Amino acid sequence: MANEPKIALRCDKLHRYLGQAEGRVHVLRGVSFEAQAGSVYAIVGPSGCGKSTLLYLLGLLDQPDGGEIWINGRLMSNSEDSVRTAARGEHIGFVFQFHFLMLEFTAMENVMMPMRKLGKLSPIQMEERATQLLDSVGLVDKRHRLGTHLSGGEQQRVAIARALANQPTIILADEPTGNLDVKNAAIVFDLLTSLAKDNGQAVVLVTHNPDIAHRCDFTRPMRDGLFV
Amino acid sequence: MSQNFRIAFRFLTAKKRAMVMSLSCIILGVGLFIVTQAATSGFQEFFIKVILGTNGAILIQDKLQATMRSIEVSGYNSGVEIRQKEGQKYIEGIEYPALLTAGVKSFHNVKGVSAVLRGTVVMRSSFREQSAQAYGIVIEDHLSVSDLASQIVQGSLEDFKVQEGGALIGRVIADKLQLDPGDSFEIENKGEIHHFKVSGIYQTGVGDIDSVRVYIQMDQARALFKKPTGATYLQVSLFDRNRALEDAAEMSTSLAHKADAWQEREKSWLGVFRAFRVATAITVSVFTLIAGLAMFNTLAMIVLEKTKEIAILRSMGYTRQDISRIFLWQAVIVLAIGSAIGCGIGALITYGISQYPLPITGIFTTHKFLVQWSKWHYLEAVVTAVLMVMAASLIPSRRAARLEPGDIIRGTAQ
Ligand SMILES: Nc1ncnc2c1ncn2[C@@H]1O[C@H](COP(=O)(O)OP(=O)(O)OP(=O)(O)O)[C@@H](O)[C@H]1O
Ligand SMILES: [Mg+2]
Repeated sequence: MANEPKIALRCDKLHRYLGQAEGRVHVLRGVSFEAQAGSVYAIVGPSGCGKSTLLYLLGLLDQPDGGEIWINGRLMSNSEDSVRTAARGEHIGFVFQFHFLMLEFTAMENVMMPMRKLGKLSPIQMEERATQLLDSVGLVDKRHRLGTHLSGGEQQRVAIARALANQPTIILADEPTGNLDVKNAAIVFDLLTSLAKDNGQAVVLVTHNPDIAHRCDFTRPMRDGLFV
Repeated sequence: MSQNFRIAFRFLTAKKRAMVMSLSCIILGVGLFIVTQAATSGFQEFFIKVILGTNGAILIQDKLQATMRSIEVSGYNSGVEIRQKEGQKYIEGIEYPALLTAGVKSFHNVKGVSAVLRGTVVMRSSFREQSAQAYGIVIEDHLSVSDLASQIVQGSLEDFKVQEGGALIGRVIADKLQLDPGDSFEIENKGEIHHFKVSGIYQTGVGDIDSVRVYIQMDQARALFKKPTGATYLQVSLFDRNRALEDAAEMSTSLAHKADAWQEREKSWLGVFRAFRVATAITVSVFTLIAGLAMFNTLAMIVLEKTKEIAILRSMGYTRQDISRIFLWQAVIVLAIGSAIGCGIGALITYGISQYPLPITGIFTTHKFLVQWSKWHYLEAVVTAVLMVMAASLIPSRRAARLEPGDIIRGTAQ
């Protein structure tokens, strides 16, 4: 079952506590979830229900207090840091809720950053791919601008292009369209869905936008640390 | 150029203030180190140069055999030693200088040997008289064990070589007796008067030498002191001056003569210089420590300000090692630039203080602050900076590597 090829991402009875002592909160209370390759999933729910917390666990940026996570059939929930780091670089593209760009670097450099680490492409190929990705989020003209000289929505679109850089099998996006106008939100969403359809990537996104949630293949509503 | 280096460089140039802060720590540390080294070793180095240039690295004097007993007469340093050989007769000085010279020359480290015949005399010009020490030398030999050639300030050495009865007199004697090159004067020994002519005036800068020594040719000295053979002592110069103690000890035993190395002879002054150097070394160490702490603080701040970027990099697959390397690279870049500028500034300040007027006379003579130019000072300064930066950057960079991306993003990283 763990080797089922169609399932890119699976988690089982995930628990996560946050905070210390009296402030300790049981944020995730046994979340189970599956994402198939080639499908787009929307996680929806009220603010504070634990969506970001779940996404960090799935993106191997955090470790669960209980439960298991499989990435492409490999158990990852409590594996070594080096294994998890390698998996992040190769299999996972993560878009943070608060679009984290490296502001000292240009849009191009930000997009090339994961490629340079992975080192599978030649420098020229990297530049070509970065240009193409920035073109697909409508920022090809601003590709040489520093992060500090981009608007919030522009930064977010660069962050999305960066998440796609290494052609990860799993894309995890925490409110990727949160800061965007309707037109750009549509561009970003279409880009993510086309990747799922054409390349067979699994896309999991958190959204508060009902239209977008509606257009996803699956919608998973969440409340108080559990899917309902 | 590695990606980690590229990131480090960009981080650094984007944080101008932190960069300037840590750069100045290194520049100050390296610069101060160089300047204090140059300044403290300058005087000592000059002093040693003067000692070696006047009295040589090793002096070999007569030594009493176990079966002999000696009585020194006419006071210290007279060179007139009377010895009694099992109640037979008194012999003074080195008996067979040529033989002993050959023995000394068999040591590999020996550069030159000069036999000197010395005695106390009265020097008299038409103006006044004074007591002096006459040194009979073979000039060619003596040039190989001293800096006499470069100490001539008036007249010429060539003249001394060829002129019958020529003499080289100290600057202070020349002033006192009002003698110039070409002037005649008398030397009186035991009531007998000999005539000499000033070939040249030398200046070592050492008061005790310039005011009493008069160099004359060996055959003249033999006639003056009525010593057809023998010598008072042998002056020896070495290729490696730092081996003088070992060589002297070996010469003492193998040649059965008393051999004194320069370190032993000038122990008290060298001790003063050492104390001086230790005192400044302590000051510099304290400063280096403070600079190191400031550097540590700055690097730790850089890490704190960059936690967000650490989380981003980690999320993209950059390993803990990459993160610590990025911060180590920053330290290395600052170190390289800081060391280069620090060496430049150190050299500049060293030059500056070498121009500072500071007249000293007595143990040596100088008009300016003395500094030593040595590449080793620069090397030592850079090595110290490397150690300091390594110590200061290790903990912050490791801390950066340990940060969990999840914790950073939630803002709960410590
Ligand atoms: N460091 C922390 N200590 C204690 N509780 C925390 C900590 N961080 C987050 N929480 C709590 O965990 C819960 C889940 O947070 P999370 O960020 O996952 O919510 P979310 O569903 O992403 O909300 P939003 O839609 O506003 O982004 C929240 O109730 C929050 O208060
Ligand atoms: Mg959230």
